[in-house]
Amino acid sequence: MTDALVLLVVVPIAASLFPVVLGGRFERIGWFVAAAMGLVHLGLSATVAARVLDVGRISYAVGGFEPPFGIELVADGISAPLLVLVSLSTLGVLAYARRAGPHSNAFYSELALLTAGISGVFATADVFNLYVFLEITGLATYALVASGRSPSAALASLKYLFVGTIGASLYLLGVGYLYIMTGTLNMADLTEAVAAVGYTSPAILTSFGLIVTGLLVKVAVFPLHTWQPGAYAESPDTVSAYISALVSTAAGYALVRIIYAVYTTEFLDAVPLASDALVALASVSIVVGAVLAVMQSDLKRMLAYSSVSQFGLVVAAIGLANETALVGAVVHLVGHAVMKGGLFLTVGVFATGLGVRTVEDFAGLAAKAPVSSAAFAVLAFSMVGIPPAVGFVGKWNIVVGAVEAGAWSVAAVVVVSTLLTLAYFGRVIERMYFTAPEPEADAVSTDGGNDAVEVSFGMRAVVVASAVAAVVLGVLGSDLIAVIQPALEVYF
Amino acid sequence: MIDLLTTHYNYVASILLFGIGLYVVMGSRNLVKKIIGMNIFQVGIFLFFVTTGYVDGGAPPVVGHGEEAFVSPLPHVLILTAIVVGVSLTAVALALVIRIYDGYGSLDEDVIKEVQVDD
Repeated sequence: MTDALVLLVVVPIAASLFPVVLGGRFERIGWFVAAAMGLVHLGLSATVAARVLDVGRISYAVGGFEPPFGIELVADGISAPLLVLVSLSTLGVLAYARRAGPHSNAFYSELALLTAGISGVFATADVFNLYVFLEITGLATYALVASGRSPSAALASLKYLFVGTIGASLYLLGVGYLYIMTGTLNMADLTEAVAAVGYTSPAILTSFGLIVTGLLVKVAVFPLHTWQPGAYAESPDTVSAYISALVSTAAGYALVRIIYAVYTTEFLDAVPLASDALVALASVSIVVGAVLAVMQSDLKRMLAYSSVSQFGLVVAAIGLANETALVGAVVHLVGHAVMKGGLFLTVGVFATGLGVRTVEDFAGLAAKAPVSSAAFAVLAFSMVGIPPAVGFVGKWNIVVGAVEAGAWSVAAVVVVSTLLTLAYFGRVIERMYFTAPEPEADAVSTDGGNDAVEVSFGMRAVVVASAVAAVVLGVLGSDLIAVIQPALEVYF
Repeated sequence: MIDLLTTHYNYVASILLFGIGLYVVMGSRNLVKKIIGMNIFQVGIFLFFVTTGYVDGGAPPVVGHGEEAFVSPLPHVLILTAIVVGVSLTAVALALVIRIYDGYGSLDEDVIKEVQVDD
């Protein structure tokens, strides 16, 4: 049964070979291979999740080498929901890509590779293995960002590659320090080994600084976010949705795991500077990201800066070292993936169908595309944090956690960020519903730039499904928390 | 100080390599040179790891080579993996550089910016 855990990584890696190998013979085989991979992945992650609900925590020793010597894969209440999220996002994005493209077989190979990398990050319990999966994720993402035809997409991708590689290398260096001091790479083993070395040992402090900085680059927190708006804005809509939903989420998850499983809350107690620095950096990120989002005229850039702000919330909650806040952080990781992925796809539907890409163009859109506009509005209000949607559940827990921890400044920043989120989404929704369209609006669709494709049923269905999912997840929020909480309780 | 240089010159060298690599990535305006800088930076990390596995007077960890002290093979194995990752990254980066050159006709960041503004 626990084999399902390793197959979550193996199946996508194997699937990534087929589109390239068979591509010469069958021109459009990529999508079918990827769709089959997505369905198998969903079956596997559902198996893992069912098992986790049953017994709480499952582990798998890769190659039969017992941990701590071999690589261990683990699924628990935190990673199981995220693994299911990977499967569902993959299927959603594939349903969208069927019509919208990109259609090349290489694209589907890269997509499968990215699925493998992200599943690996969520499943692994070994710090070096985590580095390898982070780099697989990174490599696949660089290639996917560059699958947009323009040279500016390649430039955005290269910029991402430089920053991402430096980040991952810093992480690797931190792992080196940990290994020198403790002689182990297994996370469960490191918990005790790090405590035995002493939390205030200079080498342990250095490793913490290097690892956290490396992961924060991948999470894209201000001021380490510089790669992110370009990468999200220049890549094809399908890719923006997939990477905004999962790539930073994977890094955020890794941050939770490393800080709480390897360094533990005792480390944060012993070194108050560590949590203070995280919270301070995150608070700045929340505000600056939101302010930059308000200033954007390009919709995709606005959504990208919004992610900088939302991941600030997650990092702040991680830094608070409070159980309620951490539950909020994990819920927000899941919720943000659903909402932001859905928003990028909705913007993609508008761009393909009507050729609108900027906030200006959105005037009177609700009359032309009522269903997609409604989905956009639902997702946007969910991101603002209006109950009962999932955005509210995450933010509420983070605020309550901040108050419990006595961090009033964080609580205030979160409330301010909600207002700012309302500011940047409000102006878009106001244009969509209450501004009359400009008279020459018909001409706009001709310069859309996209290879003219019709908006398919699949594309609309995914957009509506993500809006529904955002609300349903919010309503079922307490059930989600009931799954996550037992896995987080052990850290406190 | 001299003592540090003579006994720990590997660590000094790896720190120098980090510094040189980072400086080239940030300071150079040429994209290919930035890739070279990234490689130097990674080599610094490789050297750091390999050095930590070394034991004074240690034998290769192979059956039939020496009796008591062996060098630790694990950091070396980790770095083999990291080298593979580094090679893949360089390959992807160079492929991107080719596309950027096709699009802009230059690899100089300043020139590319000018071309972008003109478009």
